[in-house]
Parts: sequence; C-alpha cells; structure tokens
Amino acid sequence: MAHFTKATSVKDWLNQRLAIEKVEKVMASEYWIPKNINFLWAMGMVLVITFALLLVSGIFLLMYYQPNVNLAFDSVNYTIMREVDFGWLWRHVHGVAASVVFLIIYIHMFTAIYYGSYKKGREMIWISGMLLFVAFSAEAFSGYMLPWGQMSYWAGMVITNLFSGGSLHADGLVEWIRGDYVPAQAFLNRFFMLHVLLIPVAIMGLIGLHFGALRIPHVNNQDGEEIDFDAESKKYLAGDKAGSKVIRFANDFMSKDMMVVAIYLVFFFYLVFFHYDFAMDPVNFDPADGLKTPTHIYPEWYFLWSYEILRPFSTNIGLMAFAFAQVIFMLLPFLDRSPNAVPASRRGLFKFWFWAMLIDMIVLTSMGKVPPIEPFGTIGFYAALTFIGLWILLPIITIFEKKA
Amino acid sequence: MKNSSRRGFMGKAFGAVAGVGAIASLYAMKKSWDPLPSVKAAGFTTLDMSGYKDNELVTEKWRGKPIFVLKQDAAMVETANKNPKDIERLIKIGDAYYMVCIGLCTHLGCIPGYRPDSKDFLCACHGGMYDATALVTKAPPPRGLDIPPFKVDGNKLVLGEEGPEYKKMKETGITL
Amino acid sequence: MKNKEPLILVIVVFFSLVTYYLVEPFAHSQMHKHVESEGFAYADLPSVKTGDATRGKDLVMGAGACTGCHSIKSADMPAPMDAVSAAAAYGVNPPDLSNAGAVYDAKFLNALIKNPAHALMVEHKFDAAKGQMHPMVAFYGAGGDIDQEVADMVAYLQSIAPKADKLTPKMAFETACGRCHAVRYEKWTQIGETPTFKFKKDALAQKIKVLEYQDSLTKYMGKLPPDLSMYIRSRGEHYIKTFVENPQNYLKGTAMPRVGVNAEAADKVIEYLEDAGDAKRHERTNVGINVMIFMLVFVIFAVLWKREVWRDLH
Repeated sequence: MAHFTKATSVKDWLNQRLAIEKVEKVMASEYWIPKNINFLWAMGMVLVITFALLLVSGIFLLMYYQPNVNLAFDSVNYTIMREVDFGWLWRHVHGVAASVVFLIIYIHMFTAIYYGSYKKGREMIWISGMLLFVAFSAEAFSGYMLPWGQMSYWAGMVITNLFSGGSLHADGLVEWIRGDYVPAQAFLNRFFMLHVLLIPVAIMGLIGLHFGALRIPHVNNQDGEEIDFDAESKKYLAGDKAGSKVIRFANDFMSKDMMVVAIYLVFFFYLVFFHYDFAMDPVNFDPADGLKTPTHIYPEWYFLWSYEILRPFSTNIGLMAFAFAQVIFMLLPFLDRSPNAVPASRRGLFKFWFWAMLIDMIVLTSMGKVPPIEPFGTIGFYAALTFIGLWILLPIITIFEKKA
Repeated sequence: MKNSSRRGFMGKAFGAVAGVGAIASLYAMKKSWDPLPSVKAAGFTTLDMSGYKDNELVTEKWRGKPIFVLKQDAAMVETANKNPKDIERLIKIGDAYYMVCIGLCTHLGCIPGYRPDSKDFLCACHGGMYDATALVTKAPPPRGLDIPPFKVDGNKLVLGEEGPEYKKMKETGITL
Repeated sequence: MKNKEPLILVIVVFFSLVTYYLVEPFAHSQMHKHVESEGFAYADLPSVKTGDATRGKDLVMGAGACTGCHSIKSADMPAPMDAVSAAAAYGVNPPDLSNAGAVYDAKFLNALIKNPAHALMVEHKFDAAKGQMHPMVAFYGAGGDIDQEVADMVAYLQSIAPKADKLTPKMAFETACGRCHAVRYEKWTQIGETPTFKFKKDALAQKIKVLEYQDSLTKYMGKLPPDLSMYIRSRGEHYIKTFVENPQNYLKGTAMPRVGVNAEAADKVIEYLEDAGDAKRHERTNVGINVMIFMLVFVIFAVLWKREVWRDLH
C-alpha cells in the first residue's frame, strides 16, 4: 500500500493521491510533439473546440426543445428563437458549428492523406478518425431531423429508404428504423435519443480512442521523418530547445494551437452572426408536411459527394456505389501499398492521385446539389466513375512506387 | 533552467482575455435559464369580483398555484370585525369583503379544505385549521394563509401586481 | 527551410471557397429562377388622373357602393357582416378601407376599381366571358368620366388613410395580407388577433370561427394560404417582395392575387414578417459586432503568446 505523509500544500496533498504532477507531465509538458509541423496540425484542437461549442450550445437547446411532431418546429423557431434569452445564439452556434465541423474534418482528413499519416503504426489513428467521421455523420443527420421542418422530414424519408436495399425490398427494415410507415412521432423520438445520448457518448469514447492511438506512434511531421523522441526530448530538457526536433505539447504546441483556434473563431463567429444561411437551410423553416415534397431536395453540403455517387446510377448499382463510398476511406491504410510515409509531393503518381481525389470530391459535392439536369447529370456520372476508378487504381500505383 | 511549461507574461494575459470571453458567455447562459417572457406575462391574473357568492369558496389559479376567493357574508364580516387581525386580512371592494389568499397550507403546502357549515378551513395533512379569513386557529401551521400580491382595479382584482392595499398589508405584517 | 504555411493557407482557403461557391451561390442560381424587382412600379397599368377627395367621398359612400361590402372604420362605416359570414358569401372577407390609400399603389387602386380580376392578375381564374365573376363587382361609372370618378374615389381613400410614417408594419400586413394568411407567432389569424380567453369554451368558439373562415377561404383559393410566421427565413426578403409584386412570376396560375402594395407598404410588410420570424435580428447584429471585436483582441493576445513561447524554440 502506498505510504502517505502529512501534506505540505494542497498541491502536495493532491499529488500524493492523484499524481497530478505526473499526469501533467504525461499529458502536457512532457508529451512530445515534433517541431517540424504547420498549422494544419492544429486542426485536432480546432475540432475539439468546435465539439465543445456544439456540446455547450446543445445543452441550452435541449432545455427548451420538445421532441414532439406537433411541437418540435415551434419549440425551435418560436420558443428558442424568440422567447429564450440568447436562444437564437445557441441555435446559430449549433447549426453553424455542425456544418463547419465537417469542413475542418475534411481538412484534417486530407492533411492526413497528403502527409501519409495513416501508415507505419498510425493505422489506428486513421481508423478511429474515420469512425469519428461516421459518428459525426450520424450525429449531424439525427440532429437535422429535430427541427421537424420540410428538409428534416424529407431527408428522413429519403435516407431511411436507402436501407430498403433497392431490389432487396427490405421494407420491414425501413419500418423498423422509423418505428412507423413514415417518419412520425416514434421516428422523431428515437432520433432525438440518438442525437442527444447514444451518438454523443460514442463520439466521446471515440475521441478518447483517437487520442490514445496517437501516443505510441506519435504525431507525424511535415517530412514524415522518423524521430527518436527519447533522444530529442533529452536534448530539449537539457536546454537545447532550438536544436531539439521536439517540443512540449503544453505550452509550446498549445500556444500555436490556440493561435490557430483564435483565428478560426473569428471566421466561425462571423458565420454565426452574419452569414448563417449556408448552414441553416431556408427550406427547413417550412414546417414538415408529409403531403408535399420540396421542389429541390438535397442533403447538407458535407454529404453531397456520397449522395452524388448514389444518384447517377440505377437504384441497385447506386446503392452499391454508395456503400462502397461509405467504407472505402476506412481501408486507405491497406489500399496504399507503398511504405513511404512522406508528403504526397514526393511520392510519384500518388501526388496526382491526391489532387485528383480532392478535385473529384469537390466536383461530386457540387453536382450533388444542383438539379439532376444536363450537363450536371453527365458530369456527376463521370465524377462518380472517377471516384471508384481512383480507388481501384490506388493499390496499383502505390505498389510500383519507388522507395523515397 | 527556465521551465517553459510555466506560462510567461503573455500566457497569463492570453488566459485573462480568454477568461473574459468565458465570463461573457456565462452571462448568456444565465439569461437562458431565466423564466421565459411568456411565463412572466402569465404571472398576472385578473379576477372579476362581481361573480362571487357569499360563503362560497372558489378556487382560481395564479402562477400555477390555487387561489382561494371567499366572499364574506354579513355574519362572517361581523365576526371578523371583532378581531382586528381578521378584518385586516380582508379585501374591500365596493361594499363587499373578500378573503383572497394562496390556498396552500403554510405548514407544508397541502391544500386545506373549506367547510361552509363551520366556516373554517381544515388541512387534512396535519390537522391545521384556519378561520373564514384564513387566519390560523390551530397549529401546526405557523401563520394564516399567504395573501398574493394584488391590486384593486375598480371591480377587478389583478393578482401579481402590488397595489397600495397589498403594500400596507405587507408593511403591517399581515402577510409575508 | 522555407516557411510553407502561407502557401498551404492559400490552398486550403482556395478549395474551401470553391466548394462554398459551388454548393451555395452556384447551386442556388441553378435551382431558383432569378426575378428582378420592378420596384412596385406596376408598369403594365395605365397612368391615372388627379382626383378630388370630396367628390370621391360621395362616390365611395354613394354611387360606387363600396360600403355595401367594405367597412371604413376610420370614417365610422361598420362592416355589413362579420368576417366569417363575409367569407362564406365572397370567399374572403373584403378589406376595411381605412388604410387602403396608404397601403395600395394609386395606379393599382384605379385599375382595381374598374376591373378587379385584371388588376389582381387572376383573370385565369375569373373569366367574365365564361361567367366566372370576381366577387368584387367592377365599377361601371356614375355617369361622368369614369377615369375621373375612379381617381376621385382613390383620392378620397388616400385622404382618409394614415400618413406613411403613421402606417405601422402591423396595419400594412393586416390590410394587404392578413385576411388570407395567418401568422401564428404573432397570434394573427385570418379573422384577427386571437385574444386570451379565461374559459376554454370561449377559446374553442374562437377557434371554430377561424376554422369556418378558413374553410370558406380554402374553397375560394383552392388551398389554404400558408401561415407566414417563418417566411422571412424560409423565403427571404427578395423572394417575398418579388412574389408579392407579381405572384405569377414564380407560380404560373396561382390563385394568389397581385396584392398591389406600394413600395413603402411592402417594406412595412417585410418588417412585420421580420418581427414574426426573425425577432432577435437587431440583438444578433449588436452581439455579433461585440463578439467580433472581442475575437480580434483574442487573436492579438493569442499571437503574442505564441511568439513568446516560440522565441526559444527557433
């Protein structure tokens, strides 16, 4: 059993019981981060801050929201937006953060792809990150149901219909998911539960896993250089801070993170107060009407690329392509056959693959929103084929990649 | 060696600025907990006093609480006049006297029942009793039933607003 | 090693903005027809003569027979029937004319009195040749110059109407839109503002009246005109204004008439809808400006802290 002595200070008292000094070292001052990084490495912290904003604003929305098909719309648009002091603020922060969080996730994802941060022991970081992407997608979708506007209702209708599996006609499954023949009270209640309890708990667990997965392989750096963290940290502690290749998580890395976060928040709050329509679709300010589909129906922008992969094909092929798009990113560490963990710019054909993938996804995103008329239909069709083709090509071009 | 895990001056200054932001957001959070304007607006109830009958208890509702209204008949007024504490509890509108109070026992908040024959209130929970002006006559209740803030407006009584008659009752300790 | 961060930032911002442009301005330009506002000029309607309000008063009260259907509360002319019965008779309650001169454009009013279905742009629904008469009876003249007579009537309506600065958003909305559209966030129904009732049966009786009115209106319009509480957020100012100016612009064949409001009244209607569906807009702007100022200070301190910490690291 541990031996306790009379404490000399509050800190000492806590230290004997919780080892706070040790925790501080492990989590912050002697958690070593490579120095050779750029601001893209701060996206993790930006995501943490955005998630915190979602959580806090969500708590206040939860205090007044009514998960009832007759009350939901007015509880959001009347009670929260008009009656509750600063209710409009929580709603705008929540709506804008839900959209912006995906922009940051995509930047974070493409950073990892560009710098090869999913290889050489970092596979679990990538996989836990992709699981977080899936969880955030489910969170975003379930949250989108809650205001019970026209887009909520029809997105609920269309997306749950995907689970019928095309020609499999698994209509029983669709009704099971909805708890009704159409999205109705049971549907709203269960998606409310998913949004405020089950998925957030899953997200928090996955964030823990994602952070934990970083500890052993360490954070990657701009050149994919393998760093001897023990030797470099000794150098740092000996006083050669400028010569060491590593820095402390706090305050060294943290101060830069916070600088990026601060600049990001200027952008974020500008959107919250002055430019929010992109995140709060006007159509969803019409109450849900099960007898009238909106003229144009489209998902939020961050789902558009996968929606567009579904759209240009016939039902069954479309569903297969859609399923392919949902899982394929998860397999990236295994499809990339090259051992090189260096920036894409130094990786031969992969460089072109990276930019082609990025541009193709932007094209898909764009075509997913415009009405399915020509030439958009054709562009979308070829962009979807390109997406699938690029993934088929990936193992081939990376097998032949020269050792960097 | 200077330990860079400690914050220098700018680190503390940055923390202070962040703290100001956090406090400002706490203000918004506090305001979000406040009762809604619709709740506050519903905090006023107007009673038309002309409809009540002698010695017939009517229970109205004000801010979610039961409000007893008992128009006193001649005999009750006579009894009340004998005790200054009783008569002061009554509200005079025109020539009539009304007992208006919150119908929750001052002991632990049960609703006492009115007995028109004996013209008194009995609280079934712990046996507390009140007379026809809701003044306590038998313990455990520590005092008579509380009188809600009211304002006399002609033949009407507005609950939730403090008129001169109510302020006087408060000053003289007739109600809390 | 050269600093690549500016280049990386440019690339990130560039792709973000391209994506934004494609999914927002570009996609919306493909989805919605753009209609340019005509500034409520009603260019298709003929120009009008100068009227005389005194003669107009005699016409409105006499030969014009306006008060047979319309009330003019400001001139102590009561409505011949209550709203529910009027809707049962005509499909919709004829408007009170107290504010008409301030809310409606003069050219529109002149054209309306002579040929309602034409001015309202509902000739597809009310074709006199097929015997489909608009419930508002056209004025065929009182024996003199009909154009002059109509101008006189309009001059009278303008003379009794409140001045532009006295016209509240609520008055503009009620006159122009409120007999067909409810705005439940403002407690407005087609038959007026819903009072608070002490007894449930009074509340239900009021509700029944509203439903009866809405039944007549639904029969008249083909479907119940929507509640406009959130229209300022779901449609936006530009759409509402250009739609009101000429509903046929967007919905060919719609039963919604051209309302004929003047530009000032249109602004008032927009203000009313903003108060209903975007009540906290001023607070949002004020808080927004303060937050932006704070965030800029926050950025300055964050940069200074980063510099202090990283001084030793380079």
